Amino acid sequence: MTDFLNDWGLTIPTFLPLVAAVVMMLIPKAEEETHKIVALATSLVVAVFGVLLLLNFDFDRTKDLQFAVDIGWIDIIRSRFTIGVDGIALPLILLTMFVVPLVIIYSWNHFPEPHNPKAFLILIMILHTGMLGSFVAQDLILFFVFFEVVLLPMYFMIGVWGGEQRQYASIKFFLYTLFGSALMIVSFLALFVLTGAETFNMVQLAEQVAAREIALSTQVLIFGGMFMGFGIKVPMFPFHTWLPDAHTQAPTQGSVILAAVLLKLGTYGFVRIALPILPDAAIEWAPWIGLLAVIGIIYGALGCLAQTDMKRLIAFSSVAHMGYVMLGIATLTDFGINAAIFGMVAHGLITGMLFFIAGSIKERFHTLEIKRLGGLLKQAPRVGWILGLTTMASLGLPGLAGFWGEFPAILAAYNPAEGLNVTLFRVYMVIAALGTVLAAAYLLWLYQRTAFGEPKEEFAHEHVHDMHVTEWIAWIPMVIAFVVLGLMPGLLFGMMDGAVTNMVRTAFGG
Amino acid sequence: MIATLLAQVSSTFEPPTLDFHALAPEITFAACVALLYLVDMIKLEDGRRLMPGLSGLALLAPLIPIMTLALDGADRTLFGGAFVVDNVALLLKATFFLSGYVVVLLSTNHLAEGDFWESEYYLMLTSSLLGMVVMSSARDLVTIFVALELLSIPAYLMATWEKRSLRSNEAGLKYYLMGVFASALMLYGMSLLFGISGSTLLTDIGARIAEGNSSTPIVSLAIVLVIVGFAFKVSAVPFHSWAPDTYEGAPTPVTAFLAVASKAAGFVALLQLAFVGFAGRTDVVEPLMWVLAAASMTVGNLIALRQTNIVRMLAYSGIAQAGFILAPFAVMSDSATESLTAVVTYLVIYAAMNLGAFAIVIAVARKTQSGEISSFGGLFGYAPGLTVAMTVFLASLAGIPPLGGWFAKFVVFKALATAGTPWGYSLAVVMAVNSVVAFYYYALVLKAMWFDEAPYGDTSPVRVPVSLISATGLTAGATILFGVFPGLLGHFTGSLEGIIAVLPGG
Repeated sequence: MTDFLNDWGLTIPTFLPLVAAVVMMLIPKAEEETHKIVALATSLVVAVFGVLLLLNFDFDRTKDLQFAVDIGWIDIIRSRFTIGVDGIALPLILLTMFVVPLVIIYSWNHFPEPHNPKAFLILIMILHTGMLGSFVAQDLILFFVFFEVVLLPMYFMIGVWGGEQRQYASIKFFLYTLFGSALMIVSFLALFVLTGAETFNMVQLAEQVAAREIALSTQVLIFGGMFMGFGIKVPMFPFHTWLPDAHTQAPTQGSVILAAVLLKLGTYGFVRIALPILPDAAIEWAPWIGLLAVIGIIYGALGCLAQTDMKRLIAFSSVAHMGYVMLGIATLTDFGINAAIFGMVAHGLITGMLFFIAGSIKERFHTLEIKRLGGLLKQAPRVGWILGLTTMASLGLPGLAGFWGEFPAILAAYNPAEGLNVTLFRVYMVIAALGTVLAAAYLLWLYQRTAFGEPKEEFAHEHVHDMHVTEWIAWIPMVIAFVVLGLMPGLLFGMMDGAVTNMVRTAFGG
Repeated sequence: MIATLLAQVSSTFEPPTLDFHALAPEITFAACVALLYLVDMIKLEDGRRLMPGLSGLALLAPLIPIMTLALDGADRTLFGGAFVVDNVALLLKATFFLSGYVVVLLSTNHLAEGDFWESEYYLMLTSSLLGMVVMSSARDLVTIFVALELLSIPAYLMATWEKRSLRSNEAGLKYYLMGVFASALMLYGMSLLFGISGSTLLTDIGARIAEGNSSTPIVSLAIVLVIVGFAFKVSAVPFHSWAPDTYEGAPTPVTAFLAVASKAAGFVALLQLAFVGFAGRTDVVEPLMWVLAAASMTVGNLIALRQTNIVRMLAYSGIAQAGFILAPFAVMSDSATESLTAVVTYLVIYAAMNLGAFAIVIAVARKTQSGEISSFGGLFGYAPGLTVAMTVFLASLAGIPPLGGWFAKFVVFKALATAGTPWGYSLAVVMAVNSVVAFYYYALVLKAMWFDEAPYGDTSPVRVPVSLISATGLTAGATILFGVFPGLLGHFTGSLEGIIAVLPGG
């Protein structure tokens, strides 16, 4: 078993969805049930692989790449098919494998207009491969390819199944991300050439950069290219404007995947690629990243307060939450980066859940305008309670997962890595702490306006269905996950701490 | 008098030893083309039905000697260096033959159902391809020029093939006038080169130019004239003005041929000239190429953004892509191998994806009778297969992994980065920005196909003939395969020592 997993444990789950997508292309469009079953079965098999990987993962050496495969791919450019998973990637891989089946279950009878489950599920399958591939790739070019693979399916998902402004939102999403990744690939190539390492392997490149004296100014420029690629994806202020549009217009499933996984590709890129390979440049950039992060926290929160649309509000809250993640990363300490990765997973679960609920509310009331909603607890009490629990988690209530992403990130800013301006980061810390107050304000206000009180006149006499079966199945695991992680954060910290500490020690000597 | 002259000649003339194996692709193909002429002359009207199939076979037959030559692997030099058969030449020849085959597939129904001369069309097409194939091996000014005219003159005729259409006539006339103008410039440059070096062989010219006293303005003038001549051929800005009108007016299969094969032939010639002939004077070539590349990609992209006709859009996108292909020339001295690899790889992948895009345009136009982008509206609803294929081609043209186009762009980026000069990096950034801009107009077509409603609610299915299906299948397969396993091309482009070795001092 272990041998099998070592050889195939990552390759099969990564490419299985792609195979399923090809199979589904050959099945006629009319057989909708078959499509749903194939997609669900595939995602469940992938999830089983996730469980197997978790069980066979050696937690004593989380810093090492496990289940690694390294075979030749494009020899002429020295790019290899190198995949593997360590403590940093594992939580995100599991998150992806966890969320996708739930999205498919949620979709079961809820396919957005213009319906067409075949095409919709094929796109989800391609997305699945792209997301998993990005997290397992240990070669820059392989990472780049997977990183880009997710773009087109999401573009079509927003553009075909989205809301009123879908065309604008989809092209904006695509162009922003593409712009970032075009500069990113130039940076990757510059690394390849300047190190003379003749490899795109992330670990070897990091060693080569450390060994060769590349001028700091050059490193800073290369980091800048990567910053554009990853920062736009996160998204960091001021490149965040695509996110509210994309989230608001995307179908529920698209929003969930976008929030739960796609945004993490950016932050993961910083932790996996930018920091370890270019630590010196990271120290130069960190104050600026921290600055943009806290601006994002405050700006996102203020943006939330100004929103009239529930989905748009959640989208802006994403900008704020990702600000905490980036602040954690910007401290360049093991403490901060641990918090950041925890924050990624927590945000994925919680915000994903919020988008699920928003989608269901939209389906029941055909609007997400906050002032037209109200009295959800009366009309659909179960949905109302789950919304309540999720908003509490989102605002960082201790005991739920959101807390462990935000609080340690703020704390880490008190004592940033050596070489960073302590005063500056403590100022950031104060601002970020203020952000949590704002977060409580906008989330509680949102909850108050939508769930409390009496239903509004226009919906008062309508029968509103409480939870559907598919919603029970899709939501309960999410809720359990963020409650359990909130009560036992050690589960996740234990998984990644070794890898993070090792990375920080190698890169920053801390 | 004549007798003495003849006696003199015969005493000094040594017949070259011919390596028939090296010439086998050309000989096979020329024989097949001659056969086609005979069929046309003997069978007259009855031969029309045979022509597409026969010309298809004629294009596939030379692949056999190409295969044996590739397996043999040795570089062969003939006629004192005027004709070289190496891995790159073989790869290019195979690309030309296969592109030609796809063009035949694209043309078959289009011609049979329209008001066209049929047999003659295939004769023109194959003759033009013969010129391209010779071009792949030409290392001599005269050979290059003869190959160029052989490929151009039938192409001028083909552009006007829709006889009673004003647009088609305009297309052919514009193409012809610009073409001969470019040839004239080029010939003037070539005559200067011959005057300087006393030889037509590129290696001799290269050696002479590389000598110390070659900084004379006349050399620069000659180089600039020759490059400008070919810049017309490959439709680089500012010598691109003929392309959109010609592409729009010409019958669409011909446009596909011009946009892919004819353009590739221009690049092949540039490749030989720049890397073998002008390698000693990169101080002239590189800045010129930098400007041509940056201008082509920027201007081509910006104008493409405003197009509503898909063929015109593809024409401007082709101008922008020409800029991408020219980019490696701008750093040829600092990264010779990478630049060569980049150009050749780009040409091969570009042929697959661009021909594919034209195949879909032709297929859709069979139903809509229109070239407007809006006529693609709602295609996903009634022709999902065509939509997915077109998405593959356009995404590949935009350079989205894991489709072929990403690798083509990647090797260009790599060549620019390997040079390590500010010029290289700045061009790489210009290119990065441009590839984002380019996505926008490809996305307009994607948007029409996936998001919009069918115009007038007409969702009757598209009848796609077998030839178009196989053309789409071939090109889509190649586009995906080159993207996922780019190493397939590496076998050929990885062994570029052959051409690099003849660089003076290279």
